[in-house]
Amino acid sequence: MNHNTVTNKEPLIRMVKRGHIGKKRAWTIRGIAMLISLMVCALVIVGITGQNPLQVYAGIIDGAVGSNRRIWVTIRETFALLIVAVGLVPAFQMHFWNIGAEGQILMGGVASAAMMIYLGDALPNWLLIVLILVVSSLAGLLWGLLPALFKAHMNTNETLFTLMLNYVAMQITTFAIVFWENPAGSNTVGIINSATQKGWFPRVLGSNYGLNVLLVLAITAAVSIYMKYSKQGYEIKVVGESQNTARYAAINVKWVIVRTMMISGAICGLAGAIIVSGASHTISTSTAGGRGFTAIIVAWMSKFNPIAMLAISGFLVFMQQGSIQIASQFGLNENASDIITGILLFFMIGSEFFLKYRLEFKHRKENAK
Amino acid sequence: MTLIFTFIQQAIGQGIAILFGATGEIMTEKSGNLNLGIPGIMYMGGIAGLMGAFFYENHAKEPVAAIGFVVALLSTLIVSMFGGLIYSFLTISLRSNQNVVGLALTTFGVGFGNFFGGSISKMAGGVGQISVKTTAGAFRASIPGLSQIPVIGPLLFSYGILTYVALILALATTFILFRTRRGLHLRAVGESPATADAAGIDVTKYKYAATVGGAAIAGLGGLYFVMEYLGGTWSNNGFGDRGWLAVALVILALWNPAHAIWGSLVFGALYILYIYLPGLTRATQELVKMLPYVVTIIVLIITSKRNKPENQPPASLGTVYFREER
Repeated sequence: MNHNTVTNKEPLIRMVKRGHIGKKRAWTIRGIAMLISLMVCALVIVGITGQNPLQVYAGIIDGAVGSNRRIWVTIRETFALLIVAVGLVPAFQMHFWNIGAEGQILMGGVASAAMMIYLGDALPNWLLIVLILVVSSLAGLLWGLLPALFKAHMNTNETLFTLMLNYVAMQITTFAIVFWENPAGSNTVGIINSATQKGWFPRVLGSNYGLNVLLVLAITAAVSIYMKYSKQGYEIKVVGESQNTARYAAINVKWVIVRTMMISGAICGLAGAIIVSGASHTISTSTAGGRGFTAIIVAWMSKFNPIAMLAISGFLVFMQQGSIQIASQFGLNENASDIITGILLFFMIGSEFFLKYRLEFKHRKENAK
Repeated sequence: MTLIFTFIQQAIGQGIAILFGATGEIMTEKSGNLNLGIPGIMYMGGIAGLMGAFFYENHAKEPVAAIGFVVALLSTLIVSMFGGLIYSFLTISLRSNQNVVGLALTTFGVGFGNFFGGSISKMAGGVGQISVKTTAGAFRASIPGLSQIPVIGPLLFSYGILTYVALILALATTFILFRTRRGLHLRAVGESPATADAAGIDVTKYKYAATVGGAAIAGLGGLYFVMEYLGGTWSNNGFGDRGWLAVALVILALWNPAHAIWGSLVFGALYILYIYLPGLTRATQELVKMLPYVVTIIVLIITSKRNKPENQPPASLGTVYFREER
């Protein structure tokens, strides 16, 4: 009797925490989620455009890798997203929610644009580029330092502080654009040094974007090694797990918070230089283009694994570039790519649940017996 | 003198959308969910109302303002609740990270708004911008008679119905949160879900209800913006960062929707201050536009000097609850 009432109360589906999950199994689950998300995206696109889904996907592939130039754009955008994600890793490992990468990128971008405009004729190109990299990192560092100081000393909520700084950075950008606009009255900066190409990244590996790739790879490797093998990287993880433990282990928690956010901000600032000097050669409020937010999701979903970060960045950018192509092909606007990105993210985020938990359905044991 | 009146009127116009967002977000946060998808949900709500009215006006031979009003309102509520449901399902049922889901939802929602706002006319076979003058007229209609009173009329009674709805919703939410048993339960869930669970409160139900309900309220902010403020049209990214200001206003209001009423007035005033300050150049205007964010940061810093427990965010804000993991 008693037994019966208990089984009756058991819910239909029960979740059980998984102890450990094999790599193969984990990637199978992720793969299934990705397939479902691609199908949902196809349904949405077909619903809007009324086209054959296969044609739509052919269009996406064509838009992302259909020509040599498009392949390089996809690579460029992938690495631009990757470096921001890499920059966020130290902060997130510390459980510091830096959602201000957008602003840190903008500050780095404004700094490099300023260098290109004011020092374009004064310095040899190699020195100018070195200076751009240094100054943009410093600008990003400053933007990361501010919330970190208040977090460390007054426990000010960093999520909202960094978020607000994004908009302060945006206003600083519009402020700077007023002085730099070209042609006058256009409210845009135009291509900086389009004749002299001063401050532009030189061609490396036979591509305009070779240096972007090399720089990002170097930073990614450096951050991975720093987080995995250095004492400071270990300190960051301890602070992230438990500030009390860290204090007990005689780690200077305040300094670790400040130092880590300086690193995180500096890398995001550098990303600004890579976008401005290495790709767009102009500055606007959309220079960061939401990468600061997308990168948060990339870093979190890949569990800070650099290879996974590259793969997820690549996948998202591939779909974005593809849907921009689709949109122009069918005369829709380019925001279609945001909808697609959003759907992909929902499924990828949701799939993480099935890595951590297992669903158990109510068995009809009574009948079996 | 008239300049000051116009300034206040304009500030209220700017503030109401933010007030809707903040009321919704406070309700959500009280359940322990930090929904950073609110800016996206406001875009979704705005475009949904506009699309609903647009299709109605395009299909009806002689569109009636009242029906357009209801269609727009329902479309907004359904779509913004759908946004809240996505967030709730991922964070409450699937226990995903709240910040990550919220940001993804904002990316999706802003894209959703701009995509449909930018291309719906074209898809419907028209050219140029969407315009729903008839329905917008219903949203913009001010109280007859009262709005004719000199001074007080334009200042207090010259707004459309949603402005008053915003005020009533903010006061009602404060009442529900702090004066009713349901509100008490909701706050318990936000402070300590484990304790609430032990006391027999259905944590999942409260979290879902507060998040989806909060999304519906926030979505009305988007509807207000497209109908009453813009007069029934859409401009891409026109809603701008008001959604984030709503999230910021939650802090300024110290998690009390009634405080958000004057807070929204302050934000609205700061938002348009640059138009009224004399002697600004194009460049310094941009610096004045920084003010709402700078003020928020300052408030954030001041409130972080822990003084009163009731001025603090809900204790479990941003964390995921799993019963077997205590």
